[in-house]
Amino acid sequence: MLQEILQSLPQVLVDGLTLGAVYAVVALGYTMVYGILQLINFAHGEVFMSGAFIGTAFFILIMGMGWASAIPQFILLIIVLILTASITGLVGVGLERVAYRPLRNAPRLIPLITAIGISFILQDVVRFIAELFNGNYIVTGPSLFSEQITLKASAISSIFYDARFKTSFLIVLGVAIILMVALDYFVNKTKWGTAMRAVALDRETASLMSINVNKVISITFFIGSALGGATGVLFAVQYGTIDPYIGFILGLKAFIAAVLGGIGNIRGAMVGGMLLGLMEMFASANLSLLTGGVFGAEYKDVFAFAILILVLIFKPEGLLGKPTAEKV
Amino acid sequence: MKGKLATFFSNKQLQVILYSLFIIVTSAALYFSQKSVVSFLLLLSSLLILHFMNLKNVTKWIVALGLLFILIPFASSGGPAFQSYMEVATMVGIYISMALGLNIVVGMAGLLDLGFVAFFAVGAYSYSIFATSQASNFMPFGNFPLGGESFWGFLIVGGIMAAIAGVLIGVPVLRVKGDYLAIVTLGFGEIIRIIFNNGDRPINITNGAMGIASVTPPEIFGMTLSFPNQFYFVTLLILMFTIFAVLRMEHSKLGRSWKAVRENEIAAQAMGIPLVKTKLLAFALGASFSGIMGVVFAAKQAFIDPTSFTLMESFTILVMVVLGGMGSVPGVILGAAVVTILNLQVLTELTNWLNQLSLSGVLTIPDALSPAKMQKFIFGALLVAFALYRPKGLIPAKNKIFDVKKLKDHRPDHLNNDTKENSIPIDKVQV
Repeated sequence: MLQEILQSLPQVLVDGLTLGAVYAVVALGYTMVYGILQLINFAHGEVFMSGAFIGTAFFILIMGMGWASAIPQFILLIIVLILTASITGLVGVGLERVAYRPLRNAPRLIPLITAIGISFILQDVVRFIAELFNGNYIVTGPSLFSEQITLKASAISSIFYDARFKTSFLIVLGVAIILMVALDYFVNKTKWGTAMRAVALDRETASLMSINVNKVISITFFIGSALGGATGVLFAVQYGTIDPYIGFILGLKAFIAAVLGGIGNIRGAMVGGMLLGLMEMFASANLSLLTGGVFGAEYKDVFAFAILILVLIFKPEGLLGKPTAEKV
Repeated sequence: MKGKLATFFSNKQLQVILYSLFIIVTSAALYFSQKSVVSFLLLLSSLLILHFMNLKNVTKWIVALGLLFILIPFASSGGPAFQSYMEVATMVGIYISMALGLNIVVGMAGLLDLGFVAFFAVGAYSYSIFATSQASNFMPFGNFPLGGESFWGFLIVGGIMAAIAGVLIGVPVLRVKGDYLAIVTLGFGEIIRIIFNNGDRPINITNGAMGIASVTPPEIFGMTLSFPNQFYFVTLLILMFTIFAVLRMEHSKLGRSWKAVRENEIAAQAMGIPLVKTKLLAFALGASFSGIMGVVFAAKQAFIDPTSFTLMESFTILVMVVLGGMGSVPGVILGAAVVTILNLQVLTELTNWLNQLSLSGVLTIPDALSPAKMQKFIFGALLVAFALYRPKGLIPAKNKIFDVKKLKDHRPDHLNNDTKENSIPIDKVQV
């Protein structure tokens, strides 16, 4: 049994890292908003999904123009990433303005309910637009970076099988890491990043220190949503087919990743995302093997939720977070 | 003018006369027309008008029961659409009961549960597994399927099973607060659905994604219940029990502890409310109403599969509670009725109407925009609009107001001798 697990390990690692990178960047959006507002931005998964659709639309649009085929794929990807990220960032800012800002002093149940409402609206608007232009809400984007690469893991040791992946795997992983490093630099080294951390620590005192709290919150939403949207584009490139309902479960998983790493902690979200991606892929590859066929790969969502519940019960502050005492 | 209108409407006799007139006209319209959704809805709305009328509670209840048990089934029996009306009314009853259950958890105890449909599923599966030959796959004894009489027993079994599921979910979840709770319950809802969806291996318990078909219909006194109009009465009876129980619970010691926990957990604990027990009871009782209706649902549909218990259903029930008013029993009843009718009648009718319009070439609506598909958008818009502008819902919850003087007069003698400093004014205790 161990041998079989080891054989599939390189492939599991490759797939897990791809999925983990997606989770990690989406988890950043959750964790940033939570750090500042102590609010779960339920609609963040839908922002990710909108990003995937907007990105695919741009790809189709640009590649439909004749002269565009002269552009190298990589530059095309960067253009689309930037365009999509700015649009979804603005969506995020608008979302905060409409659904969260008026409720900042309301009981905590209420913003959660608006968040669910907003995510329904986004889902349906995207479905409507996709169905209107495409005839079907399941959209397949143009295939990019699709050369197959074989990782010769068997050359290292004969217990491993070779792993196969598309070039897009490298792109996804690379872009995700660049995004994370950039964000880390922004939050820790720049003036606005410092303001963001100050607001997260104590909103009222920060406002006394001449920090424009509303602006900082808007910027947080912009960055979080822009990252989410950019990840959506990466997701569309990697997996090809998207539908308006991919955001919800993926958003939940990313949230689990954020909790796993310690919610409110940016590096924690990155670690948690990668870990969750790897664990999930490992589970879906080996669950039926480990349990003798009783539980199959279809229990991988159960596995993710079980991780969430275990973390919340035994280590609610997450892997890298600090425990907090509740204020009376 | 306004004053005159007010006196006009506060006149009790006039109210009653107008109301009776309204009922007579709408029920006659319903009885004599072939298929008139409008008059059916108007007749149902008479119950809402009744709620706002200036009458004694007892009178209101008697009139409402008369309407529900006699007039509505009779008036709608006139046309060929009788069974479809009854079908809608039964679904409304089932959803009201579930929404009342969720109202206990969300509205009264303030625990946002996003996986509520799981309990409905537990109830539905517990009946349908034993009322088909499915149970013989894993039960070492007994003769399955059970007869239709077992339905009545399973109402209780389903309720208990759902309550157990509620406690099982509640125990790990209780250490988690607020937003986390929402996510964890959502996760549990999905877990239960996935388990039912894959429950055909290694032992075939739930028959997996195929679902369980031909569930034995209930029987009473040798009569088999299989038509919607028969289920209407079953649902109505259970619904009456649910409403009665919820109303009694709301102002009981337990109900007041729920509200205290909702307002401030730490303060409630300091006042001596056992948090764990109170929250678990909220989960268990809320779940049990849902489980009971699950049994009815399984028997009515005679076929269930995991697709009936998706996340969307949980959110639908949440929309009902938020729309009606969290914590308000009449509000939740109204919310559930409005949402169910919107789903089953208004949206489908609108779609048909629009289709006819586009067929006759008056105007063309793209298929993507057909109202039946807009359900999610409508729900989302409702949730946002209500949370922003009317967070207390259509009929806001009212706290019972105690008359200080009356309470003082009823105090036992030895308490009346207290010095003034020791007695806490009742109106200040109210939260």
